[in-house]
Amino acid sequence: MEKPIKKVIILGSAALKIGEAGEFDYSGSQAIKALKQEGIETVLVNPNIATIQTSDHLADKVYLLPVTPNFIEGVIEKERPDGILLSFGGQTALNCGMALEETGILAKYGVQVLGTPVSVIRKTEDRQAFADCLAEINVFCPKSKAAGNVKEALAIAQEIGYPVMIRLAFALGGLGSGVCWNEAQAKELSQKAFAHTPQILVEEYLKGWKEVEYEVVRDAFDNCITVCNMENFDPLGIHTGESIVIAPSQTLTNHEYHMLREVAIKTVRHLGIVGECNIQYALNPKSEEYRVIEVNARLSRSSALASKATGYPLAFVAAKLGLGYSLTELKNSITHSTMACFEPALDYVVVKIPRWDLKKFRLVSTKIGTSMKSVGEVMAIGKTFQEALQKALRMLDIGAWGLVTNPGDIGFKKSNAELVAELCEPTDERVFSIPYAFKSGMSLAEIHEHTRIDPWFLSKIKNIVRVEALVGQYKGGNCPKQVLEEAKRCGFSDPQLAALLGTNERNVRLQRINYGIIPAVKQIDTLAGEYPAQTNYLYLTYNGNVDDIVLGDKESVLVLGSGTYRIGSSVEFDWCCVNAVKTVKAEGYRSILINYNPETVSTDYDEVDRLYFDEIRLETVMDIYEKEHPKGVIVSMGGQVANNLALPLMRWGASVLGTSPVMIDKAEDRHKFSSMLDHLEVDQPLWRELTTMEDAKQFAQEAGYPVLVRPSYVLSGAAMGVATSDEAMESYLSKAAQLNEDHPVVISKFLTNCKEIEFDAVAQNGEIVSFAISEHLENAGVHSGDATLVLPPQRTYLETTRRIKRIASKIAAALEITGPFNIQFLAKDNSVKVIECNLRASRSFPFVSKVTKQNMIAQATRAILGIPQQKNLESFFELNYVGVKASHFSFTRLLGADPTLGVEMASTGEVGCLGDDFQEALLKAMRSVGYKAELRRILVSSGPEKNKVDFLDTVRLLEEMGTEIYATTGTHAFLAEHGITVHLAPWGEEVGPGQKTAVEILETLPFDLVVNIPKNFHSEELSQGYQIRRKAVDMAVPLITNLQLASRFIEAVHANPVLKIKAWGEYQ
Amino acid sequence: MELILEDGSVFSGRHFGYKGSVAGEVIFNTGMVGYPETLTDPSYKGQILVLTFPLIGNYGIPDGTLVDQLHRHFESEKIHLSGIVITSLTREYSHWNAVKSLEEWMIEYKIPGLEGVDTRAITKRLRDKGTQLGKLVFEGHDLPFVDPTVENLVAQVSCKEPVLYAQGAGKKRVILVDNGCKNNIIRNLIQRGVEVLRVPWNYDYTNEKYDGVFLSNGPGDPVKVDQGLAVLKKQLVKPEPLFGICMGHQLLGLATGAQTYKLKFGHHSQNQPCVLVGTKRCFITSQNHNYAIDDQTLPDDFRPWFFNANDGSSEGIIHTSKPQRSVQFHPESWPGPVDTRFLFDEFVSLL
Repeated sequence: MEKPIKKVIILGSAALKIGEAGEFDYSGSQAIKALKQEGIETVLVNPNIATIQTSDHLADKVYLLPVTPNFIEGVIEKERPDGILLSFGGQTALNCGMALEETGILAKYGVQVLGTPVSVIRKTEDRQAFADCLAEINVFCPKSKAAGNVKEALAIAQEIGYPVMIRLAFALGGLGSGVCWNEAQAKELSQKAFAHTPQILVEEYLKGWKEVEYEVVRDAFDNCITVCNMENFDPLGIHTGESIVIAPSQTLTNHEYHMLREVAIKTVRHLGIVGECNIQYALNPKSEEYRVIEVNARLSRSSALASKATGYPLAFVAAKLGLGYSLTELKNSITHSTMACFEPALDYVVVKIPRWDLKKFRLVSTKIGTSMKSVGEVMAIGKTFQEALQKALRMLDIGAWGLVTNPGDIGFKKSNAELVAELCEPTDERVFSIPYAFKSGMSLAEIHEHTRIDPWFLSKIKNIVRVEALVGQYKGGNCPKQVLEEAKRCGFSDPQLAALLGTNERNVRLQRINYGIIPAVKQIDTLAGEYPAQTNYLYLTYNGNVDDIVLGDKESVLVLGSGTYRIGSSVEFDWCCVNAVKTVKAEGYRSILINYNPETVSTDYDEVDRLYFDEIRLETVMDIYEKEHPKGVIVSMGGQVANNLALPLMRWGASVLGTSPVMIDKAEDRHKFSSMLDHLEVDQPLWRELTTMEDAKQFAQEAGYPVLVRPSYVLSGAAMGVATSDEAMESYLSKAAQLNEDHPVVISKFLTNCKEIEFDAVAQNGEIVSFAISEHLENAGVHSGDATLVLPPQRTYLETTRRIKRIASKIAAALEITGPFNIQFLAKDNSVKVIECNLRASRSFPFVSKVTKQNMIAQATRAILGIPQQKNLESFFELNYVGVKASHFSFTRLLGADPTLGVEMASTGEVGCLGDDFQEALLKAMRSVGYKAELRRILVSSGPEKNKVDFLDTVRLLEEMGTEIYATTGTHAFLAEHGITVHLAPWGEEVGPGQKTAVEILETLPFDLVVNIPKNFHSEELSQGYQIRRKAVDMAVPLITNLQLASRFIEAVHANPVLKIKAWGEYQ
Repeated sequence: MELILEDGSVFSGRHFGYKGSVAGEVIFNTGMVGYPETLTDPSYKGQILVLTFPLIGNYGIPDGTLVDQLHRHFESEKIHLSGIVITSLTREYSHWNAVKSLEEWMIEYKIPGLEGVDTRAITKRLRDKGTQLGKLVFEGHDLPFVDPTVENLVAQVSCKEPVLYAQGAGKKRVILVDNGCKNNIIRNLIQRGVEVLRVPWNYDYTNEKYDGVFLSNGPGDPVKVDQGLAVLKKQLVKPEPLFGICMGHQLLGLATGAQTYKLKFGHHSQNQPCVLVGTKRCFITSQNHNYAIDDQTLPDDFRPWFFNANDGSSEGIIHTSKPQRSVQFHPESWPGPVDTRFLFDEFVSLL
């Protein structure tokens, strides 16, 4: 090494998005810990304010700035680090780092890239260079070549050998591609293809091959190990991020396992990777032929999964190796006695299942395939595949009780044809359809033929179906011990068994405890018990009967985690859980956490005294509770998953700490909460619960449209909708929801043109001890999780905030709150209405805690533990800076989805930035989620007349900046009328001869922004607006669909404030 | 069926495989792949093996094809261990090269198995209390405990007559002393272009013509291999290169006058890290042993070659000037990682 490394800059991955989620909070946090242990000063750049890595106890300096080359250059110039870590912040950090290297910035400031050199990273990113490099050591990638005409295509196909896959180059979403089994087919398909494209790719057809991955670690001394291997349940053809994955591999022989391991090591050595990487293979299910699909020369989703699956801290070790350590110098931090240069042995299996949230989007395809759509994942640990699979399916929190016997018959298909279609062309629910296939009489061989899923997995599923039938024989009677035990060992849950036996969950529990059927607590120790380990990393299994650890020997507090990331519940709750656990520990209790999300920091073995990597479900929490006998359970940190358990836990005799579950229920139950507000004389939007269409329409007319419609039972699509007329109401309720005596609908007045305000606070014994008020930049109507948040409020009257405080105090007292809570308010002029109240930490707690620099979760936890808290009600209006939280949308990944905002949350992540004033903070935040610095050309379509008027002043600013403005027909006419120079971008049917449509213009000219304000709140038709929005997203042009946000953003760009390179700590 | 250990503990589960009771020494292994190879490893003679990986039988059992007179897929011609204990048996196996299920294969060789027990609890007991005698009792058919180590197990599993492999004019000849040899040792030698004369454990080869000596792995206590040890001592004064694996390593140690001792926690896995002395190079190895050579007792002309990165125990010794060396781990692995196959290259290059 040229110079000693004393200061290192670490790049984060910014907002969570599809394909780049919480795993990078985990890897970045571990890297920081590893560097700090060496006494190295750490500088982190990551605008994701909800992460644990941006907490004050980790990096020495945190810059909440965009991870883009110019901002990073600014930080480098200011901080002068000796080294930089690029591989801990996903593709975002890697791309930024490569750009910094290419432009010579790293060389200019003498910053050394630690770990894998950039030249090596580049080799793994360029398909051809990668294939060439591997060919040097006789390791092969899938064969693929580009052809410019039919003759060439046929020659290549001949060379590769049939079957081949033909793909159109430059086509999104695999358009026009297909499999050819012989020359005639190849000729036909390529002829068709060349009608649309100048180039096609002829590739080796590998569909149905097994997909296997290895996580490889190599040090600078050429020690190289594979920490974990994993096998996909879904064969090649489904992205590994979309696949169910099992670790370790199950269907590979010793020869296959070690053949691929050897190739992995050979490849990684040849490439010269230092640190951690992942290698993906296709393995022929009928021979030992393999192909290397790709190498990711950085920490990845798979490496986070592998870390949690094995207990081996990959990111921590990779950071140390980047500093020049050898694997033989590092300890195994699980056992503390053995060393890091080893390959973990598992005496259990883990199953990962992706979590999709496709119902949140309209018009999106639910088919899964080669591109990623899932927003989170779960990992389950068990001794058998069945046990882990059924656990994992419950962890998804989509209402499943397991693989079979599910409410709502998840995966059921009405006809055989539909069933076969689901098996062949999977959606997110295929795994649930496989049992139905067995039940319909389909053979294992047929199911294998349709799905290409290895018969091993299918036979295990068949066994679950068998056990289901076995238990079902005892419906209404007494289920023998042996049968109940077998079912539990196959992963059946108590609710599932209750349904099968025709009884309730409580009875099943009592019966099995009576039989002595309780799960055993087992450790994950990386060595399968070969050496003693002091590990606190635990799971439950019914395939065992001896607990590995001594239980209940110290006073403990159990914190429930937040489970899988999904839209609406993400890394922010993990931040809350980690801080709660830290506080519990600091107050002298043993901290115990339950969580099952492998992408989290909370599931790092060193964050908590005891980690149960298991389900957050009544049955499991009670099993752990009855073993650990904690002082109580904290349910208010893990979002709604944990919060929902408050009342059931109390009913089953567990002590719930903090606000009483009875009060939590009072806030959650619409009737109870509403009558309490009436009693407190607190205003709320008009609402009613109704069971008939007539009543619904009548109420809507009384209250006045638009109204918000919330059915209690949703058939398809989003759970909420906005109706603007009787027709809209009828169409929504008849198509999307069930409406009858058992399934009422809640209809409330939908207020527009007013402000929405977030009140986050901590109370103790009904008295508020601290709080923060943030305003939404957008007017009411945008989900609070999608809205842009501003703290302190910039456009809210002082009187409004006074009223808010007063109302909040009343509610806190009435609900006797102890712990965190959040109230959402609507404000118009100075009148204030309460929309919602959550007696738990909210999504905005990390943001307000970090902006105001008071850890409200630590306070809340202490309050919950009964430690008297000092009131800190100093006005945060005094802050000398402003924080802005902006949302990140992953619409590009969701082919077809309409990128609009509405009452259902759609964003996958967020950032939070600070500035000396609002505009600076806003610009930093917007830049962090992909908006451009300059607006050279924009397309405007500003919706209804009123909007056009409101937007006029903003457009004048654009004109002043010299922005080239394109507008759709109506907007064009309006702007031209007001003397603005504007180009016409006509709708499809209005296009004149020689003119291009708006969509075509978007395809041909580079735009810096598209502003498209939808005409109404809820629309199902493929409108022209949709086409523009979708095209913008597909062409990677930043899109704004909200008028207030568009105005504030353009104003800020026009004002052009200096975006200062200031660390979080410098804002005082 | 029950597993009963000599300390009195009893583990009840479901029986599979052959219907019968057996007694032996109970040991465990944490390897995640390779049950066909493990079950045919002669080093497990007389033992009841607890497999900590919970799902066994997944990919069935391959056929018994012979290549170069050796079973292509197995480490010897039959199952050597006495019984196995697992969490869950896969009956519906899936693999293109499988011809039968694990259970069918075990019935063929009269090997009983026990599933559905807490293998981790058993493993921890064996780890903490040391290897124990035990028995698998089928339907109450009890039998006395048997200590296989009192017998000369090497004599039982070794070949009875010399066998020549890969004979060829002009090839170097290696004497392979069969203490319970795994096929993969032979495969690795003949792949490197030598011919192998596999001889019984106590065969005196010292008056024959050969270019090198290879001491194989094997079961039981090295002290019982007295006749083999006597031949080895004669060989040590001769110039031919010599290499020992596992039992072969312990025999070389004893022959040089070094002592062995019992490890606090034996090595029973495929993930043992071994460091080449004097370097930062570490190799992942496959191992199965409870005793180690005490480096402190090595004579002056031998020095430590490899050590275990976890507990520092000896993993290899090497003569300071003569081409005589041995390793505790299994460079032929199988099952296990192939990291140390280069040791075969080195040995062959010395011939």
